[in-house]
Amino acid sequence: MTDTSAAIPAPARASPWQLSDATARRVRRRKRADTRFQLYGVGAIFIALAVLIVLLSSIAGSGIGGFVQTRFALDVTFDEKLIDPSGTRDRAVLAKADYGVVLMNAVSAAFPEVTDRQAKRDLRKLFSNSARFQLRGMVLDDPSIVGTTQKIWVPASSDADGFVKDGATTKGIAEADRRLKDRQIEWIGQLSERGAVEKRFNWSFFTSADSREPEVAGIGGALLGSFYTLLITLLVCFPIGVLAAIYLEEFAPKNRLTDLIEVNINNLAAVPSIVFGLLGLAVFIQTFGLPRSAPIVGGLTMALLILPTIIVATRAALKAVPPSIREAAYGVGASPIQVVAQHVVPLAMPGILTGTIIGMARALGETAPLLMIGMVAFIADLPGGPMDAATVLPVQIFLWADSPERGFEEKTAAGTIVLLVFLILMNAIAIYLRKRFEIRW
Amino acid sequence: MDREADVAEARIDQGESPFRANFALGENSSATPDAGAPQQIAVTAKDVSVFYGKKQALFSVNLNIERNRVTALIGPSGCGKSTFLRCINRMNDTIEGCRVTGEIKLDGTDIYGRGIDVVQLRARVGMVFQKPNPFPKSIYENVAYGPRIHGLAANGRELDDIVEQSLRRAGLFDEVSDRLNTPGTSLSGGQQQRLCIARAIAISPEVILMDEPCSALDPIATAKVEELIDELREHFTIAIVTHNMQQAARVSQYTAFFHLGNLVEFGPTEHIFTNPTEERTQDYITGRFG
Amino acid sequence: MTVHIVKSFDEELNRMTGEIAQMGGFVEEQIMASVNALVRRDSDKAQEVIAKDKRIDALEDEVEQMALRLLALRQPLAADLRLVTTAVKIAADLERMGDYAANVAKRALTLNKLDPVRPVNSVPRIAELVQGMVKDVLDAFVERDVEKALAVWRRDEDVDAYYNSLFRELLTYMMEDPHHITPCIHMLFIAKNLERIGDHATNIAEQVNFLVRGKPVEEARPKGDLTAYSTPES
Repeated sequence: MTDTSAAIPAPARASPWQLSDATARRVRRRKRADTRFQLYGVGAIFIALAVLIVLLSSIAGSGIGGFVQTRFALDVTFDEKLIDPSGTRDRAVLAKADYGVVLMNAVSAAFPEVTDRQAKRDLRKLFSNSARFQLRGMVLDDPSIVGTTQKIWVPASSDADGFVKDGATTKGIAEADRRLKDRQIEWIGQLSERGAVEKRFNWSFFTSADSREPEVAGIGGALLGSFYTLLITLLVCFPIGVLAAIYLEEFAPKNRLTDLIEVNINNLAAVPSIVFGLLGLAVFIQTFGLPRSAPIVGGLTMALLILPTIIVATRAALKAVPPSIREAAYGVGASPIQVVAQHVVPLAMPGILTGTIIGMARALGETAPLLMIGMVAFIADLPGGPMDAATVLPVQIFLWADSPERGFEEKTAAGTIVLLVFLILMNAIAIYLRKRFEIRW
Repeated sequence: MDREADVAEARIDQGESPFRANFALGENSSATPDAGAPQQIAVTAKDVSVFYGKKQALFSVNLNIERNRVTALIGPSGCGKSTFLRCINRMNDTIEGCRVTGEIKLDGTDIYGRGIDVVQLRARVGMVFQKPNPFPKSIYENVAYGPRIHGLAANGRELDDIVEQSLRRAGLFDEVSDRLNTPGTSLSGGQQQRLCIARAIAISPEVILMDEPCSALDPIATAKVEELIDELREHFTIAIVTHNMQQAARVSQYTAFFHLGNLVEFGPTEHIFTNPTEERTQDYITGRFG
Repeated sequence: MTVHIVKSFDEELNRMTGEIAQMGGFVEEQIMASVNALVRRDSDKAQEVIAKDKRIDALEDEVEQMALRLLALRQPLAADLRLVTTAVKIAADLERMGDYAANVAKRALTLNKLDPVRPVNSVPRIAELVQGMVKDVLDAFVERDVEKALAVWRRDEDVDAYYNSLFRELLTYMMEDPHHITPCIHMLFIAKNLERIGDHATNIAEQVNFLVRGKPVEEARPKGDLTAYSTPES
């Protein structure tokens, strides 16, 4: 060794830290390459963030209006002659009365100078059609108001609502090209002067079901539908998924069959979701005859869809439990079931729950399989249970996005915001659980 | 014949003369004869071979573990000493494809025989592992778990007594008596290992198997565990696997040297460490393995 | 025997063996030099032997230090452990031999001042024999040769036999003429010293046997020194 090192003349330099020119160049080049690479990375993150911010802000910008509702005040006279001519106060009679006329009379009373039929029709168009149902509801709730005159806030029509929220949009557009004519705008101005215009938080957006009228269409039906669907999904896939995973991970012998099952579970996780929709349609609706469009079918289909996710996540969580804990439990004479039930599963629970929540979040955001089982229908009633026809959040958003009325634009964005908030909430819970119950060895 | 006499003699006054008992073993030969004092033998292994799938890990091991003595199993990694240890409480059962042939008797009963419940066996043969592995539960729960699943305590007070006594025997009670409800994982490494020992003795086993119990501990913690092992010898039979020859020399009365799945030599510890009979043993313990 | 995985351990053990061998070489030289000083009545040589004894003492210290260090740092086991303990014992034996050689030299100084006596010629024969034993036993130690060591061990009988005859010879001389008593007593002590060196050589032989075989010599030790039972009449 010493001989060979002596044979090679050491390069002449003052100190080992003083670099030769070639080395110095190489070092510089290497440092430049490092810097460049870091810049690429930062750039990529910046682009991704920028896109995300643009997306979120555009959704937020157009969706914020969906949470605000415009209402006009009207002095409505509940004319007994119109509503209950015979005075029986029979509910059937009260329900059948023509509240459109009641509303029309109230509108006419508010603008006595308008007499022309066409003008009256335009005037009537400022108020939501749904005001009729509102009046009917009030009468049915309290028949004693028949014969009295009440000041009532009724929702503005979609067009009027859009103008009140964002009047600027009508400017510079020829009257013939707008939905809101000049005189209608003038009337809104008059109402505003009388203090009969108000904007308030749109609670009904969360409590009412879908509607053909954008101003009264709400996401409540879809929320309930999503809730029932996820409930069914959770009840079905959590026990099945967790038990399957525990068996496969802890008890199943390692042989061809279990290998095959394992491969198939992993493949199942990659199957396009629409295929699960077809499966749901064929099995649950056509074979078992479950009702179409019902959350129960949606939930079962979703359960199939996220079962692989839960199994894979649960197995990963079980695998992450150190074998030393199993050994320790076996060592004191615990039976395999005791080892799994008393030691392994409790330790894996945060991971299992995290996987489940993430699976549920996926189910919440999934649309395609539901299209196949008819959950894409227009449903104007709140579902009363999992067997009732319903729709779910993402499908509702899809339906609104598909609607021609301009008023649905902001509803679409508002619905998206609600969906995103729920997804973020679920993921946050997952992260919290993981952090909270994570046990360090 | 002489050998048998030697063994019997060594048993009586072992510790006095390192040269008295000198029973070297060829491969696959018997370690301790059945003659002598059978009631003194806790575990008898006869012709034990272990296979992992097609690979044989242990070749016809014959070994007797004496009651109230510490028997150390030494040998290079992969020599089968841990495998043998884990045969004694059938811990190998949990390993896929593991097959044990031959016969291991605990108090004269074949533990691999028909009608032997593994859970019952493990209640009689406790185990302490290489890495301290307390359950992520409280100190109390760690110790109470075994007695609880085996129904050793009729009521809460009895269980308290068992926990306290086990912790005392493990020399840990004074250190943790004021925080029995804190997690076992919050203790130091050495304390954790002693907690694991307390957990093992809480089910009153006859035999305690220790698989390199000090390999993750610092010297002081190791010394405490070694001292504990020596004390536990009074009530339990102990088999300990260790890589540390000094430790084997310090804590054990008998030493078995394994190499490549064979039991090469078994005898009184002083004998193995001063004048081993087999060249392989000599090479290993003096640090000459090629 | 195969080498240690830790090579420096081997080096240290070998160095200790080397020190012992070197010590043995010195002891051999000292024995021959002291006897030569006696036979040739060379007082300078005798002084030299006495002075050189310190070298052996120093070597013994060194072996002891090495042994301590090995025990503390290497924790030797089995054959290694036996080598360390054996080396310490052998070093002690060799040191004692060195003392005996120095004592021979001291008595040579005294004898040189007296008239020469005839039995002085028997002493070199014992010295040669003893020196051969020391040489062989150390060879046996270095080579880990039990047979050679045991051969040395048995040779002690010859030394004892020579010593017995010299003892009788000296007795006879002293009875012939009381003037001979002083030189003869010195001669007797010299012979006794050499005989003791032989005994220490047998000790070393036993150590070599233990080192290699891990157990004591089974045969009974040869007992040739019968002078304890001798009387002038016999």
